[in-house]
Amino acid sequence: MNNISSRNQSEKRFQFYGKVAVTLAISFLVILLYNIFSTGISAFQQTYVAVKLDIPASVDKKSINPRSYLNKSFLEMFPPEVKSRNERKAVLSLLSKGAKYEFQELLEDNESSSLQGYFWFLASADLDMYIKGTVKRQGDTAGRLDEVQMQYVDILESKNLVELQSNKYLFSAADSREPEMAGIRGAIIGSLYAILIAFLVSFPIAVLSAVYLEKLASKNKFSDLIETNINNLAAVPSIVFGLLGLAIFLNFFNLPRSAPLVGGLTLALMTLPTIVIASRAAIKSVPPSIEEAAIGLGASKVQTIFGFTLPLAMPGILTGTIIGIAQAIGETAPLLMIGMVAFVVDIPGGPMEPSTALPVQIFLWADSPERAFTERTSAAIMVLLVFLVLLNLTAIYLRKKLEKKW
Amino acid sequence: MIEILLITILSLALYGFALNKKKAKVLSEINILHSQPHYHGLYTAFLTIVPAIILLISWSFIMNIIMGANLKDYFSDITDAGLVEFYTNGVIDYVEGTTDAIIDHVGFIPAVEYYQSLQKTSSILQFIVTLTLALILFRYSMRFVEVQFKARDHIERVVVIIMRASAVFAIFVTLGIVLSLLFETLRFFDSVNVFDFLFGLHWSPQMAIRADQVGSSGSFGAVPVFTGTLLISFIAMAVAGPIGMYSAIYLSQYASDRVRSYAKPIIEILAGIPTVVYGFFAVITVAPFFRDLGAFLTFTNMSSESALIAGSVLGIMIIPFVASLTDDALTAVPKSLKEGSLAMGATLSETTKKVIIPASFHGIVGSFLLAFSRAIGETMIVVMAAGFAANLTFNPFDSVSTVTVQIVGLLTGDQEFDSPKTLSAFALAFVLFFITLILNVISLSIVKRYREQYE
Repeated sequence: MNNISSRNQSEKRFQFYGKVAVTLAISFLVILLYNIFSTGISAFQQTYVAVKLDIPASVDKKSINPRSYLNKSFLEMFPPEVKSRNERKAVLSLLSKGAKYEFQELLEDNESSSLQGYFWFLASADLDMYIKGTVKRQGDTAGRLDEVQMQYVDILESKNLVELQSNKYLFSAADSREPEMAGIRGAIIGSLYAILIAFLVSFPIAVLSAVYLEKLASKNKFSDLIETNINNLAAVPSIVFGLLGLAIFLNFFNLPRSAPLVGGLTLALMTLPTIVIASRAAIKSVPPSIEEAAIGLGASKVQTIFGFTLPLAMPGILTGTIIGIAQAIGETAPLLMIGMVAFVVDIPGGPMEPSTALPVQIFLWADSPERAFTERTSAAIMVLLVFLVLLNLTAIYLRKKLEKKW
Repeated sequence: MIEILLITILSLALYGFALNKKKAKVLSEINILHSQPHYHGLYTAFLTIVPAIILLISWSFIMNIIMGANLKDYFSDITDAGLVEFYTNGVIDYVEGTTDAIIDHVGFIPAVEYYQSLQKTSSILQFIVTLTLALILFRYSMRFVEVQFKARDHIERVVVIIMRASAVFAIFVTLGIVLSLLFETLRFFDSVNVFDFLFGLHWSPQMAIRADQVGSSGSFGAVPVFTGTLLISFIAMAVAGPIGMYSAIYLSQYASDRVRSYAKPIIEILAGIPTVVYGFFAVITVAPFFRDLGAFLTFTNMSSESALIAGSVLGIMIIPFVASLTDDALTAVPKSLKEGSLAMGATLSETTKKVIIPASFHGIVGSFLLAFSRAIGETMIVVMAAGFAANLTFNPFDSVSTVTVQIVGLLTGDQEFDSPKTLSAFALAFVLFFITLILNVISLSIVKRYREQYE
């Protein structure tokens, strides 16, 4: 037998290992969240450049070519040395390709009034990265901004003609090749369509089969088979469901590729077992005395189920459903299989139109080599996490408030 | 067309519901009915809707098969069955509007015209037949509003059938998975030998487009892919196993209720974070960290897509699976065993090591197996952090590929559907499905048997 002090020491060591393990697990979560938030927070702002316009009210706005006029006004703000072709090109590329559309909109909105003074236009992603400090100045250059461009950036900065404003594009635009114009609205809408369809398909089927398995099925080989089957389905890798969707919905039923409809159906099959298992647990927790009372008063089995069992089990069922839906929202792999990875610049108008989903958009942006997409990826992740937190809080609220203790 | 039809049938059913309910109500004022009036209304509604919907669904099903078969006649000069199928699908997609691609073949335009005209007559016929059926059944149901008629019994029978169908649906999903994977896998094995696939040591599925190009036949020896999957999963378990198990031990044996009530949900958040987020985390944080660490330790041969990166991030993701299932197993051990050991003078750590863990050993093994099967099937982390080139190595600093990475790589992007390259993805998925299924069945049965032991 070891002596007491070494036994106590090994006791302390053991406890210490446990503390280290818990601390490590929690610190992984903290590091992950900190990383995402610290890289993503800057994407909610965007760099804008002020351009001096001088258009009197009398000028017919339709006669102005937005692109060349904007470029001319921008160049005129600088000392006249900017003359060589390359230099002009370098300076103009400080403005985003989207600036001309903003100018066009401005012209359309001010058909009969004058446009005089400084107006803010979207800056290019390279300038944006420098202003946000993501890329640092090294000598005369900074990231992809060359010496010539940096000279003019300094001029702009000294005159206070660049500033960070809130990012309008992030929540109003779909994907784009230009990082500064790319947004997640298209992906969010695609996700919402897919989730709505997944819910509409999986919820009724799952609840009905849970009721059947708990209340109506006689205990035999067949109901055992269904039960093991559902438990195993819950653990099938999600990518396999993607292949199922590809084989059944796309190749067999010829549904359109990349459509949220197909994504939703695939996710429905994936969430089905989760909802069934949660619903069964909720139905099980309804006290039999209530059902027996209903039967005793002459209600039929089906009447008892729809009148008493289901309403009483509903909070639990909804909690399980929300958790299943939260899982489905973050799911990416099955959507890759059914082609929801396409580059889609339009915001989808319906569940049959090609679209991406939020996690897929994250995947696509994470793949992009441009620095400016990194912060957008993190921002998209933040939005996704906020969705998930909201869903889970709803689930906790439902469980706390509605679930009765029998 | 189909929308108008559905709305018509639906409003007919609603009208029938209101009509029969009212009729039954009038009847119930002087008699005692077997069923409540609204059941009589529901009976009409069911009779109007359900057969019509069944007809609608089976109609489009059968028509698709008939029309597809007739389309083949337009491409009768082509001998390759796969190409004929590709062309007929092209015609269907063109008419449905999913593609604008016109196929360069004499039969294409006539086939499109034929398909369009067939679709038109089919939809008109469908409209007339379905509506007639709904109307006849609607009229037919009117005569059943009687005192003795057991409307409720009939409806409940239908409801139970719908419930049973929902329960059986899960079996069809499994069946669908197995059949669709099996079907494509068998087609894959038409061109590639089963043994070459399972035991071949070289994996390079990239096939040339034309047959006469160099390296036109890809090689499909899946062993490097399997070993890569195992390597990454083992690294993940090496991270998640100790951390998950020690946290479970600490939280179940040592921590105060207060600490436990905070720490447990926080750790479980790790399981709720979408895997694509972990993938991004691996790329922007963990990969540079390991690169710097490698440079610091003067490791030069470390790949930027090394198995270590993907494996350790995967490990972080599965910590909560290990932790919560192990926790369940530890807390299920009867208190009497623990207290007996403590009363004999053993310290808590000795009790844990010598009594509680042996007593819950099955449950812990089950939790490890479940976590391992999660790791094998996980996709996004490895797609983003591991490589596509399948190297046959057990060196954790090398880049390896996994089954899921290959499936994603082979099936995303545009490619024809019948080449061995795309079919090999189904074969890999079939193996993946099979292995995770076995792991789950084993671990679930272990956990279940062990639970019963103490109940």
